[in-house]
Amino acid sequence: MYNFEFERPASLADAVAALGAEEAQALGGGQTLIPTLKQRLASPAKLVSLTGIAEMQGVSAAGSSVTIGGATTHATVAAEAAGAYPALAALAGNIGDPAVRNRGTIGGSLANNDPSACYPAAALGSGATIVTNAREIAADDYFQGMFTTALDEGEIITEVRFPVPEAASYQKFEQPASRFALVGVFAAKYADGVRVAVTGASEEGVFRWSEAEAALNHDFRTDALMDLDINPANMIGDMHGSKAYRAHLVKVMTKRAVAAML
Amino acid sequence: MPKDHGIGASPKRREDVRFLSGTGNYTDDINLRGQAYVHFLRSDVAHGRINGIDTAAAAAMPGVLRIFTGADFEGVGGLPCGWQVTDKHGQPMQEPGHPVLAQGKVRHVGDPIAAVVAETAAQARDAAEAIELDIEELPAVVDMKAALQEGAPKVHDDLTSNLCYDWGFVEENKGAVEEAFQKAAHVTTLELINNRLVANPMEPRVAVGDFNRASGDSTLYTTSQNPHVIRLLMGAFVLGIPEHKLRVVAPDVGGGFGTKIFHYAEEAFCTFAAKALNRPVKWTASRSEAFISDAHGRDHVTKIQLALDADNNFTALRTDTYANMGAYLSTFAPSVPTWLHGTLMAGNYRTPLIYVNVKAVFTNTVPVDAYRGAGRPEATYQLERVIDKAARELGVDPIALRRQNFITEFPYATPVAVEYDTGDYNATMDKLEEIGDLAGFAARRRESEARGMLRGLGVNCYIEACGIAPSNLVGQLGARAGLYESATVRVNATGGLVVMTGSHSHGQGHETSFPQVIAEMIGIDESMVEIVHGDTANTPMGMGTYGSRSLAVGGSAMVRATEKIIAKAKKIAAHLMEAAEADIELKDGAFSVAGTDKSVAWGDVCLAAYVPHNYPLEEIEPGLEETAFYDPSNFTYPAGAYACEVEVDPETGKVTIERFAAADDFGNVVNPMIVSGQVHGGLAQGIGQALLEGAVYDENGQLLNASYMDYAMPRASDVPFYTVDHSCVTPCTHNPLGVKGCGEAGAIGSPPAVVNAVVDALQSAGRDVTHIDMPLSPSRVWQAMHG
Ligand SMILES: Cc1cc2nc3c(=O)[nH]c(=O)nc-3n(C[C@H](O)[C@H](O)[C@H](O)COP(=O)(O)OP(=O)(O)OC[C@H]3O[C@@H](n4cnc5c(N)ncnc54)[C@H](O)[C@@H]3O)c2cc1C
Repeated sequence: MYNFEFERPASLADAVAALGAEEAQALGGGQTLIPTLKQRLASPAKLVSLTGIAEMQGVSAAGSSVTIGGATTHATVAAEAAGAYPALAALAGNIGDPAVRNRGTIGGSLANNDPSACYPAAALGSGATIVTNAREIAADDYFQGMFTTALDEGEIITEVRFPVPEAASYQKFEQPASRFALVGVFAAKYADGVRVAVTGASEEGVFRWSEAEAALNHDFRTDALMDLDINPANMIGDMHGSKAYRAHLVKVMTKRAVAAML
Repeated sequence: MPKDHGIGASPKRREDVRFLSGTGNYTDDINLRGQAYVHFLRSDVAHGRINGIDTAAAAAMPGVLRIFTGADFEGVGGLPCGWQVTDKHGQPMQEPGHPVLAQGKVRHVGDPIAAVVAETAAQARDAAEAIELDIEELPAVVDMKAALQEGAPKVHDDLTSNLCYDWGFVEENKGAVEEAFQKAAHVTTLELINNRLVANPMEPRVAVGDFNRASGDSTLYTTSQNPHVIRLLMGAFVLGIPEHKLRVVAPDVGGGFGTKIFHYAEEAFCTFAAKALNRPVKWTASRSEAFISDAHGRDHVTKIQLALDADNNFTALRTDTYANMGAYLSTFAPSVPTWLHGTLMAGNYRTPLIYVNVKAVFTNTVPVDAYRGAGRPEATYQLERVIDKAARELGVDPIALRRQNFITEFPYATPVAVEYDTGDYNATMDKLEEIGDLAGFAARRRESEARGMLRGLGVNCYIEACGIAPSNLVGQLGARAGLYESATVRVNATGGLVVMTGSHSHGQGHETSFPQVIAEMIGIDESMVEIVHGDTANTPMGMGTYGSRSLAVGGSAMVRATEKIIAKAKKIAAHLMEAAEADIELKDGAFSVAGTDKSVAWGDVCLAAYVPHNYPLEEIEPGLEETAFYDPSNFTYPAGAYACEVEVDPETGKVTIERFAAADDFGNVVNPMIVSGQVHGGLAQGIGQALLEGAVYDENGQLLNASYMDYAMPRASDVPFYTVDHSCVTPCTHNPLGVKGCGEAGAIGSPPAVVNAVVDALQSAGRDVTHIDMPLSPSRVWQAMHG
């Protein structure tokens, strides 16, 4: 790790100001950023911790949506969203291990947009709104490929608003070593349609499987997926699974998600 | 009633109090006054010529004390290899140099090029980044068969090729084996890979070198399984320090699994640099460094063939193996695919003719050496897989085929040079069928199938040769060391004992089990016995712990020393009671005169030895301390039968281990709880190899899974609740405790059980899958099903 300055502001305004400094970077739970620093793969001049900002903490349910503060830990979501949005809480409760869940945050996960991370599937699968200090971004516009998002430099995710579906399920097939998603499918059924978001599988990061959505909108049964196949060409192929295997798993996990919702 | 003390009891491990409460003393806990830190700059290419190393800018960085390169070590020796294998033509293996820091070339990713010593670890690392390297990358050889092709890049320019040796065993049997294959009614052939493993002990390697200018003594604190071996190898072959000026301390060690047997460059470096700088020098490996600098294990590519007659008797076996040595010969590397592997190819069976060929190959990868089981897992895996395949081809029950070919009479001389002293393979198989409820498998399969899952049962046997080893025998086989063990038993004036043993405990529980033996012999409480190990300054010359040798060899030395103690104590007791020595009996911690009510307590005899007022000084010396060295007359041969039941998800290929039963014959058992723990750990590592682990190199020699993000270690949820049993006992006939050793069995016996089970599951669904190479990851199983 190289040396850096450290700040832990108590308000969003102070955080935005602090992030205005040259080579300053936000720090959420540090579960991705700290290992990166330890390997000396990044050298920010200043880290601005977001964990001391009260307005970025917690889970609140109002009407048909659940809002989660950008610095809320996975463990808190697992515990506090269980009533309002069980599929989301279950997803959070199965990220990493207890240490990761007690530190890692939803804002950090969405800002990082790891192609194998779980939250991006939930956000895209729910059609969530990513709220930042500057604007509101629809999930459909937010994810722009592996480790790439619509966020501008220094922009902070302050909260994430999830519309609560009639039913939802996240099916995660774990990569054996990291236990991130080798393939994860988040399916959610809303009054205006079904959304199916896939993580772990594609070289372009999280994506919506629109053919599956269309088929399920027509007929919400696992059999509706029978004749669908996903093109392996853009899938990730590595030592943990070939492109064809990942394409196959997308279908299996989608089927399982639908089965769990029936 | 289970015993509550002595041999056969299961007292909780006393060392766990400090391990579980964070009060252990590991090498990284050792911090010496004025200590400096070293950071090794390691090669990030697998093969390259070093054209220049510019350290000028780095040397000027804050805190830097000195930067060392290969040139600084031209005057000292290289890291020695402890075993010389002779090839099938009677020629010695090709043995390349192994410099402490790379000289001329780098030969694997992780090869240390320069060492920066600085006031802090961070300063050392900062400066290492400022070293300017001019390295011309050369084509790398990674694949063993490619490495042996004409014109392949040479790992060592001064060798004739990348072939370390071509070993034939037993070369004289080769013709007879060929003939038997020609006459065979059936031949089963299997090609397989024994996957390369990274040992991954919980504690990474650490070394602290120290030099005392006043006395001229060097001290090395290191994460080692055998401090005396390190002292001898490093002192005599690398640095030229005589043993009396060199102390090696291996304090608490957080797991070794073989990879902490070997003498490593970092140990020699820290010892050397401490003297050069007159400062203690410390190195602590990061996990990333461990992946590319700890010796790896296994990595064999094998073709095995089994010949059977018309009645399904095994008539001959032949096997061809390519064994990866990596870029240099690690300390015991040459012995692993030969003497620890070829000699085990008979397994539990009466196969009369066996021929083993092993080609050991240099590649641009991390050196490969012993890892839990070392050679014996490789032998067991191929043998038990080919037998399973034969049973399927012949349509016979795999257990029946094994039973039919079991060795049933002992001692039994195998055609591969070893003699099994005892065993009862039918007994362990019977026990396995019972504890594994194999009769209930069919019902469990139906239940799984009702849930859409495929269920398979895999059964296999294993035998291993441990209690390593008779020195005269291994000497003939090329070992450059003796393999006896030592113990000094010191009785204190008030009756407590301290045993200074050459065995080293790094998780095995010696501090608990060794006292149980003494408690049994003398009839005192275990709490009166303390075990001291791990420091060459206060233990007799010993060879350390590996090859399941601690109790069988180290424990035997302790028994011999304690027998001497008891003999002397009886003389003293005879004097105190004015009786004849021959009439003295020792029982429950008291000496008595046979046929009388005269008795004197253990503690009174001990006190008399140290306060010799009423003492036969003209006949015996005062004091009560004895040393014994024990050299075994044979290996020990633990054996057993394992059964694994898996479920395979046909949609994803994911394998779950539902049940695992292990019936082992370890001879006599001193602490059944510790033995169960050893089996559990071994099984977890074997299951890890079978389902999860495997180092993956790309064609440029980059280790692709050099972190836990991609290298899958077994976690608690990957293993089932085991059923283990060690009640089948055929005591070893040649050591005083009748013990055989249990440390490696689990890792040896379990991989074939898992793979046999998965193949069984897939075949039950009509899939024509006869083999899948480990690790049986979901993607590989799925691929095999849809291949
Ligand atoms: C062992 C382990 C296992 C894991 N397993 C999983 C898993 O199964 N599934 C999964 O999804 N994830 C997994 N993770 C990742 C984990 O979920 C992390 O929490 C997540 O990747 C990053 O969140 P963080 O709060 O720790 O962010 P940090 O590491 O602090 O930051 C990550 C990035 O986000 C930026 N950032 C942080 N907060 C914000 C914000 N509010 N607004 C804008 N930018 C911000 C930082 O500047 C940085 O670039 C695992 C991590 C580990 C270490």
